[in-house]
Amino acid sequence: MKKVLSLVLALAMVLSFAVGFAGCGGNEDGDDFLVGAIYINGKNDTAGYTFAHHNGITKAMEQLGMDVSKQLKIVDNVPEDDAQVTNAINTLAAQGCKLIIGISFGYLTAMEAAAEKYPDIIFSHATGYLSNDTNFNNYFGRIYQARYLAGIAAGKKSLAVNNNNVGYVAAYGTEYAETCSGINAFALGVQAVNPNAKVYVSKLNAWANEIMERQLAEKLITDYGCGVIAQHCDSALPQIAAQDKNVFGCGYNSDMTSQAPKSHLTAPIWNWDVYYKLAIETAMNTPDEFMTKVGIYYGGLKEGFVDISPLTENCEEGTQAIIDAVKKMMVDGEWDVFTNVKLSIAADGTITKVEGAMTDNKGAEVISADGNTYSVYDKAGNLGPVEGGKAAQDGVIKGSMNWYVAGVEEK
Amino acid sequence: MNVFVNFLFVIVKNNIALLYGTVGEIVTEKSGSLNLGVEGTMAIGAIGGVLIGCKSGSLLVGILASFFFAALCGLFFAFMTVTLQANQNVTGLTITTFGLGMYYFIGNAFKNAGKWPTNNVVDSLNGMKPIEIPLLSKIPVIGKAFFSQNIFVYLGIIIAVVIWWYLKYTKPGLRIRAIGENPASADAVGVNITLYKYVHLMLGSGIMGIGGLLMALTLSGSFEGSKCWIDGFGWISIALVIFANWNTLLAIIGTLVFGLFNTLKVYGSTLADFYPKVFGWLNKIPPQFMQALPFIITAVVLVVSSISKRKTDEPAAIGRNYYREER
Repeated sequence: MKKVLSLVLALAMVLSFAVGFAGCGGNEDGDDFLVGAIYINGKNDTAGYTFAHHNGITKAMEQLGMDVSKQLKIVDNVPEDDAQVTNAINTLAAQGCKLIIGISFGYLTAMEAAAEKYPDIIFSHATGYLSNDTNFNNYFGRIYQARYLAGIAAGKKSLAVNNNNVGYVAAYGTEYAETCSGINAFALGVQAVNPNAKVYVSKLNAWANEIMERQLAEKLITDYGCGVIAQHCDSALPQIAAQDKNVFGCGYNSDMTSQAPKSHLTAPIWNWDVYYKLAIETAMNTPDEFMTKVGIYYGGLKEGFVDISPLTENCEEGTQAIIDAVKKMMVDGEWDVFTNVKLSIAADGTITKVEGAMTDNKGAEVISADGNTYSVYDKAGNLGPVEGGKAAQDGVIKGSMNWYVAGVEEK
Repeated sequence: MNVFVNFLFVIVKNNIALLYGTVGEIVTEKSGSLNLGVEGTMAIGAIGGVLIGCKSGSLLVGILASFFFAALCGLFFAFMTVTLQANQNVTGLTITTFGLGMYYFIGNAFKNAGKWPTNNVVDSLNGMKPIEIPLLSKIPVIGKAFFSQNIFVYLGIIIAVVIWWYLKYTKPGLRIRAIGENPASADAVGVNITLYKYVHLMLGSGIMGIGGLLMALTLSGSFEGSKCWIDGFGWISIALVIFANWNTLLAIIGTLVFGLFNTLKVYGSTLADFYPKVFGWLNKIPPQFMQALPFIITAVVLVVSSISKRKTDEPAAIGRNYYREER
């Protein structure tokens, strides 16, 4: 009996190896180009970060006429642990993937090492800052541009309901440039239409915590009197809390109108498929030119990588026209949020550019009046200029911004 | 609204689910069983209650459904530990794993099919509106904090008081306590141990289930699929049983004490903001410590109660299955 069993097992192993190898070693004609993806959560999630990326990858592959069920290999629920990420990469590499996508920040060092080990595979890493010259890039988006537009909608609303207090439930504050630049851009958008507005930020100190998201939103509404609630966290609970308390809100990540139809204004959203289409197409057709054609990717409104969800009926009249105009300025490259020029938008929708230094909420100058010096705080709390002048802008927004603009207060 | 009053109000509103978990576990433990499945039982009660409550549009039906589905967990626990004599700890942990698994399975299935009751379950159930108790709600500070709450707060306190009275002053209550202390003696005087255990394990689990529904409704029944509504409250309830010394009236106080620490993580900075002279020091405590505080307190309670020499009301036969042939 044992002999039979071992024979069957051996046969099964041989067969599975054969099947495994059959998947490898294909040519580059596109039909057997395999994309590997490493997810932090489950691939079957119905909402949240992994869901958004999975959706983007599958959408992009469908647009490119690829067969998702055969050409996309996934290892999911991979924690930010170098050994486990390396295992996942080895699995995907053994399956023959030519492009490996890692979606979580903490994958960066493992991916960097793997890029050296597998020079024939292209590695693409979301939200990180590491890269090399041949086969390893990172990608992220100018979500702050979308947040500025959402801020305009919130600012118009705050004027209409005559309440200058705007709340913001954030995962983190100045600890991460991603959250920090989002808060600042939103606040600048609000202030462009309502210069007297204050933005009160309440932090979760976690990327997601549904119960606290709800409670912090309720606190901002009842105790700080906020009339609009914006958010940088995963769930729609801040929006639902806003609706329950009869105030308004701006969601994040997806159009949250269905969760809070009576209160939602608009939400900054990601169109991950825009990047994935570009990355997969390039890796498939011209892998040698990946780093020149795609490179370190930082797409914004212009590329359609970030946007805001359609304005709802809860928005004030005239909001759409203003947002369209400001969006056009950013798409055309005529103006951007973190510069020495602020927008001032009158009630009738006239946009005026005001030149001058940008100050933080302690009154210190963080962007100089000529727009050529960006400053951030060091570990000891001293403000100092970032090297590189104007060219340092993206680096500050993506990686080192750690101040709030005037009018933002952490609560 | 006065910030401090709101702080007290939020303590009660956001933590009363603990009372349900604790009272349910006290009923369970008083019958001599240690059910570690509170978390899973609450999750099952929550998802069953929300779905059926929404379907019917009635809060009462929702409460009954959550009680029913959670009681089924209790029935499973009783069948495993009383009839099959399985290990209670393992069975309880099984219920937790199973309950959370079912929670995600059912929730995701409904959500993927687009059948999840959208936008604001609370509206459709319309039962979370504050109810002001005449006269009492007019008392300054306390009136707003304790007597202008939603129906679950009053129901939870009523259940706690009734269970206290039931266990202390009624004949079945005496019998169930006897089973918890010394099942052989109870058996000798002719108490139907199997029946009593089944009924009370189901009753206890059912009460936990209502707490689960409350937690779901506090989050507006919004199923996000990333984190369970119960969020560890089931585990804390088990510790609160010890804190409350197996007394459902003390459980009310335990809930409030624990709720205080649980709420500080949200309200600490706000209190410091509005009352800098009295609460200014709260701003100096790192938020991470604040968030860990409820669990630190739980650990401290367990340590203190373990080393304390004072006799507790812990049922003597807790955790051990009763097998008549062995007495």
